[in-house]
Amino acid sequence: MTVAAAAQPTTVAARFSPGWITQLLQRYMLHVVVIGLTVAWMLPTIGLLVSSFRPFALTKTSGWWTALSPLEFTLQNYTDVLDQSNLGQAFFNSFMVSVPATVIPVTIGAFAAYAFAWMKFPARNWIFLALVGLLAVPLQLTFVPVLSFYVNTLHWTTSNLENIGIPGLPWVPLWLAHAGYGLPFSIYLLANFFRALPSDLFESAEIDGAGTLTVFFRIILPLSVPALASLVIFQFLWVWNDLLVALIYVGGAPEVAPLTVNLADLTTSLGQGSNLLTSAAFFSMVVPLIVFLSLQRYFVRGILAGSVKG
Amino acid sequence: MDFSVLLQDIPTLLVVIIGVPAILAAYIVGGEFLVRRLPDKNRPQVRPWIWVGPALILVAGYLLLPAIGTIGQSFENNAGNWVGFNNYASQFADFPQGGAWVAIRNNVIFWLIFYTIFTLAFGLVLAVLFDRVRYESVVKSLIFMPMAISSVALGIIWIFMYQYSPTGESQVGTLNAIITFFHHDPVVWLQDQWPSDKFNLLNNLALIGAATWGITGFSMVILSAALKGIPGELLEAARVDGAGELTVFRRVIFPLMMPTIVVVGTTLVIFALKAFDVVYVMTGGNYNTDVLAFRMYEQLYTAGNSGHASAVAVILLIAVIPVLIFNLRQFRAVEARR
Repeated sequence: MTVAAAAQPTTVAARFSPGWITQLLQRYMLHVVVIGLTVAWMLPTIGLLVSSFRPFALTKTSGWWTALSPLEFTLQNYTDVLDQSNLGQAFFNSFMVSVPATVIPVTIGAFAAYAFAWMKFPARNWIFLALVGLLAVPLQLTFVPVLSFYVNTLHWTTSNLENIGIPGLPWVPLWLAHAGYGLPFSIYLLANFFRALPSDLFESAEIDGAGTLTVFFRIILPLSVPALASLVIFQFLWVWNDLLVALIYVGGAPEVAPLTVNLADLTTSLGQGSNLLTSAAFFSMVVPLIVFLSLQRYFVRGILAGSVKG
Repeated sequence: MDFSVLLQDIPTLLVVIIGVPAILAAYIVGGEFLVRRLPDKNRPQVRPWIWVGPALILVAGYLLLPAIGTIGQSFENNAGNWVGFNNYASQFADFPQGGAWVAIRNNVIFWLIFYTIFTLAFGLVLAVLFDRVRYESVVKSLIFMPMAISSVALGIIWIFMYQYSPTGESQVGTLNAIITFFHHDPVVWLQDQWPSDKFNLLNNLALIGAATWGITGFSMVILSAALKGIPGELLEAARVDGAGELTVFRRVIFPLMMPTIVVVGTTLVIFALKAFDVVYVMTGGNYNTDVLAFRMYEQLYTAGNSGHASAVAVILLIAVIPVLIFNLRQFRAVEARR
């Protein structure tokens, strides 16, 4: 109490000193700038979100920022776009592409990373160096030969694969391609993580008679959950959001093509001003935003692990 | 809307969700089972190949061998006959507006410089500013959010930002509404050739701006992590010595963050050279906004010329090679320190 009373006069004095006022201003300035920048950053998304709920006629004559007067919102754009395009099919296809195209490279990458981190084999370091080099190679460099191998050698066209009748088969070319493209990063990230695990753990397990499989499934994988989670989210979002690879391998087959291809087709077929684009775009964002918002921590961790090396 | 499609196909999805991991697990368990049948001394020789085998086959099959194949094919025509450097000659014909020149210029000048610098600058400014507020994590995730959405959706968001209506009509695109508010004529952002049709910076910047908006969160997050790694005593010491905030940033923070800035910068350079989605969605490569990745796609699908497409891909590789070498050196330097 006495301390507080003693402190009182000095703060009153401080309140009237000009230095304190400029400091206060500066402090508010910081918040104004920070919040201002963040709001500006969100404006494009907010604009599209608002537009997607406005009646078509209104969006032609007034900007989204006038949406509060007259206050008129509708779900028309969403129901229209779902009626007019095969967005539902594309949504399903996106899952069919993304789930295995995440599982395969992460699992196979984990096998390989284990070998790179804890087994000895000839040329191990050189192969790993080659993988690091391949991280930067543009995928464009691979499309022509892979495509001609698919079509001319294996006859893996979508219609051929559908005729065989095994569920999931038409997506196999895309899964394997995404697996091949995603593996260098998977292996790089996981091998770095596995190598950092304390080696006495495995040694004592092996002395206790645990086999390679037991060590991998019972010790390494449970300890690597954070790294695996980051990688899974990373790869999933990458595949879900990928346009280029899907366009190249299944661009002409809407019964297999994912949302991104569908959405890009809508942009060209509907013309750039169409209101249906707004709702279609938001439809495509739902899954990645849910994944991102719920698992953000792991996503950010993956980005940090992937690029701040050294 | 036909959500019945979804319901019918859900069994397929389940088969795949269970089947794919089952096959992968069966492979590794089966592989280990076989290794254990081997005599003791052979096991350590065979086992690693069981574990790295599938990965090496996929990487070789989808990246390494096709890359070599593409280089070979860039010297052949569609019929598979050797044509020497003809494919390259047609890409490098008619400087500066013909062949691949516009795409090369856009990639290695406009995208490389502006995309990288804008993204680094925004990322750095946001990281430093956000570091000083208590609600840092909230604003950071808001800036970071565009990273989660596809570039196709990003392209659509910005198509609406750049929307144009003729002078006199009410502008419904945000940017044109802002500039007409300041009594400037509306701009056709995605087509405008300012300052000249031989050097159309403006519409390229419009595309680059959209892409930058999406990727800034990436550079901000990494730079922010690096910023937090700088010991507080260093900054305190500089402040005690009388350095202002700007000096502290210029003389202490910036130099200490330089290694991270370089790492992020190289990643961004690769992104800039691979730019595709935004161009595909927003301009279709028209109005002199072509880029190499898009040109490669067009040569392959629209023109149906795999020789030309391969040549463009190789040009793209050549542009990436300096970064690739830098990455490898960086990697070896880190390994040496281990």
